[in-house]
Amino acid sequence: MDLALLATQALSGLASASSLFVIASGLTIVFGVTRIVNFAHGSFYMLGAYLAVTIVPWLLEFERSPLLFFAGVLASALAVGLFGVVMEVLLLRRIYRVPELFQLLATFGVVLIVQDAVLHLWGPVDIPGPRAPGLRHAVEIFGQRFPAYELFLIAVGPCLLGLLWLLMHRTRFGILIRAATQDREMVGALGVNQAMLFTGTLFLGAFLAGLGGALQIPRLPANSHMDLTIISEAFVVTVIGGMGSVPGAFIAAVIIGLLQAFGILIFPKITLVLVFLLMAVVLVVKPWGLLGRPDPAAGRAVLPEGIIDLKRFGRREILVSAGFVLALLAVPVLGDSYKIKVGIEILVLALAAFSLNFLIGNGGLVSFGHAAYFGIGAYAAGLLVTGPLKLPMEAALVAAPVAAGLAAALFGYFIVRLSGIYLAMLTLAFAQITYAIFFQWVEVTGGDNGIVGVWPSRWAGAREVYFYVVAALAIPAILLLRHIYYAPFGAILRAARDSANRADAIGIDIRRHRWLAFIIAGAAAGLAGGLYAFSKGSIDPTMISIAMSVDFLVMVLLGGIQTVTGPLVGAAAFHSVKDFFMPLTDFWRFFLGLTIIGMVLVFPRGIVGTLEAWRSRRRTEGRP
Amino acid sequence: MSTGGSTHPAPILTVSGITARYGHAQVLFGVDLALAPGEVVALMGRNGAGKSTTFKTIMGLITASTGEIRFDGRDITRLSPFEIARGGLGYVPEERRIFTDLTVAENLEVGRRAAPAGRQAWTPERLFAIFPNLAEMRGRQASAMSGGEQQMLTIARTLMGNPRAVLLDEPSEGLAPVIVEEMAEAVLRMKDEGIAVLLSEQNLFFAGAVSDRAYVIEKGVIRYAGSMAALEADESVREAYLTV
Repeated sequence: MDLALLATQALSGLASASSLFVIASGLTIVFGVTRIVNFAHGSFYMLGAYLAVTIVPWLLEFERSPLLFFAGVLASALAVGLFGVVMEVLLLRRIYRVPELFQLLATFGVVLIVQDAVLHLWGPVDIPGPRAPGLRHAVEIFGQRFPAYELFLIAVGPCLLGLLWLLMHRTRFGILIRAATQDREMVGALGVNQAMLFTGTLFLGAFLAGLGGALQIPRLPANSHMDLTIISEAFVVTVIGGMGSVPGAFIAAVIIGLLQAFGILIFPKITLVLVFLLMAVVLVVKPWGLLGRPDPAAGRAVLPEGIIDLKRFGRREILVSAGFVLALLAVPVLGDSYKIKVGIEILVLALAAFSLNFLIGNGGLVSFGHAAYFGIGAYAAGLLVTGPLKLPMEAALVAAPVAAGLAAALFGYFIVRLSGIYLAMLTLAFAQITYAIFFQWVEVTGGDNGIVGVWPSRWAGAREVYFYVVAALAIPAILLLRHIYYAPFGAILRAARDSANRADAIGIDIRRHRWLAFIIAGAAAGLAGGLYAFSKGSIDPTMISIAMSVDFLVMVLLGGIQTVTGPLVGAAAFHSVKDFFMPLTDFWRFFLGLTIIGMVLVFPRGIVGTLEAWRSRRRTEGRP
Repeated sequence: MSTGGSTHPAPILTVSGITARYGHAQVLFGVDLALAPGEVVALMGRNGAGKSTTFKTIMGLITASTGEIRFDGRDITRLSPFEIARGGLGYVPEERRIFTDLTVAENLEVGRRAAPAGRQAWTPERLFAIFPNLAEMRGRQASAMSGGEQQMLTIARTLMGNPRAVLLDEPSEGLAPVIVEEMAEAVLRMKDEGIAVLLSEQNLFFAGAVSDRAYVIEKGVIRYAGSMAALEADESVREAYLTV
């Protein structure tokens, strides 16, 4: 390999690193102070890019000067900063004390709302930005031409690091941010108005994200996918660097930038896997990241309370449940083919949501990437049936939970070493990596188009028959999982959830139990994914996307996190509503986002949770 | 040291019948106490008696379930901690809660608030005169300080807010005897400056050296109220509620 190539690769790696740092620094500062992992940070970045491709060309009409170019970039970033203030005042301020899972979901609601807003304001087509006047030329380095703008970006990172250092050490605002990152309650007890501090922090964080987006326009057209693409990368950078640490984010961004630049020379297809390996190694060696510190709130409950009192079903509950199952089983006899399709999907999603709440409600392990196991099950089944092996459906449906269980074993090995928000971020990162692999590995997975022709065996080809295949697998799987809730294993998971230290002290190997729980839940989700693949006849990467993971979480939330049966009700309710409303509106994501935020703010117990609370209140009031 | 409280003017801090709980566990069962301007009062009691919870409830870090807290003529029961601190009530937590990532000077900066009109503001220089150790390490990161130095810093940090009264939670806990003496001098110095101090203590010698009056709390209820001298003389109360 010649020197010139190495040099230009290193430079382009550093340019990416700089861009990544601009965004990640904002995310890590906001997390440090507010302890909220802000999904909408990616939306800030996207808004910065869209505003810049609108404002900058308008300014350049007056005069093609570098000054106006950068004035436009700064104006875009400031506008995004103000958007961050609005979000803090309207939403975040209300959720600082709610459990982390709800915070994550609420900020994801903002992501959905911004996505629809951007699509309607700017349309679905990518918008290329103008190149920066004065930086349009290329510079010759070791005989290779290198864009001047990339060199400029390389300088941005260290300059920003220096400016942030000055802000953090030489201004009262910065000192308060650093103090609040360590102990915000004490800062309040010393007379500092946290609301103002948080609003200011959100302005700074959103400004940095918007700046990151606006600076990208000469090299990347503004597009409606850039929010989720960047947020997973920014998550990885903040987790590796240590959440809350700005210098850590810088180091991590440089490492990742260079790793990707050189990785692409050696393993062009799997640069993402390298990033994942790096993150896994760092987290195993230093669970709080390179420059992070043990989170004082790490033991804080991710959920207010999970499933606490496991009531055995009384005679009435058994009758009601049996009635539901019988009614469901009668669907193919009574309903039309559309109702059968919806019935199949509800059964499948109910299994997936149930397995997710096995982790969340019972284990206190907030998985933000459950779609990974669902998708791996679907792809495993689909590839075995359509690929060179041409296996029958029966074998594929055995392989689906096995493949997903193995993936859960691999990912879970790392995931169970963490807790709280770090655990949630790691599950998300693994899911995104899985998504990227299936999306990029076009020769095998068909990439964006996916795979078609995933049909059941001939005997199960009729929709009615396939319905019973799904019922015969999903219902026993749900009952088996439910059985585990009540088994000692389920109780151990709850003990570890409520007090990891005490469970540890009485000799419970928490990691091993959680790992096993992860594998069980992953395998169950994989079975659901396999069943789903055959019901649709095709597979595509949306089955592994963040949106799918969020759908599962919404089902759990809607049904009630603190209940065993809630996720089943939530899956049925969510899917029915989605299936009915989605074709009727162009604003499905917008409404879904609003619904998620609304649920977090006013309806956190979910349907079954609310019913149970209502019933127990009636019972106590009925007493003499 | 034997003013007994009767000659003091209207109290600056009044706590009336507060109850408080952590989740389902009730910790305070109707605590009453008062602090007059410029007075040093000790809240004595064993571990788990409810001393720290009383302080946290006064400070708004835990919301009182029932009861009323008045400071400087104002009902502060439902105010948030920052509003209570701005009203002139300082808080020094038991665990010190120093910002270890920050330097000594930066820790003081976090606590800085403007002084009320007509009063001389605390500055780092004035504080360094009282706590000479801190002066030598103003640029040092707080994580590199000893426990005693951190205890001095946490008091200095609270004084930077120019409070009229200070809640001092277990100031002598875990300190070497020499440092405890310095701490007693610091408390008396605060008293000289006209700052009222409510301190929680298990150490009768320390409390006796600095306090005018004392309360004894046990299982979330005040069991004794009177002058410090009377408490020191009353063996039965000490036996019942203080000795381990």
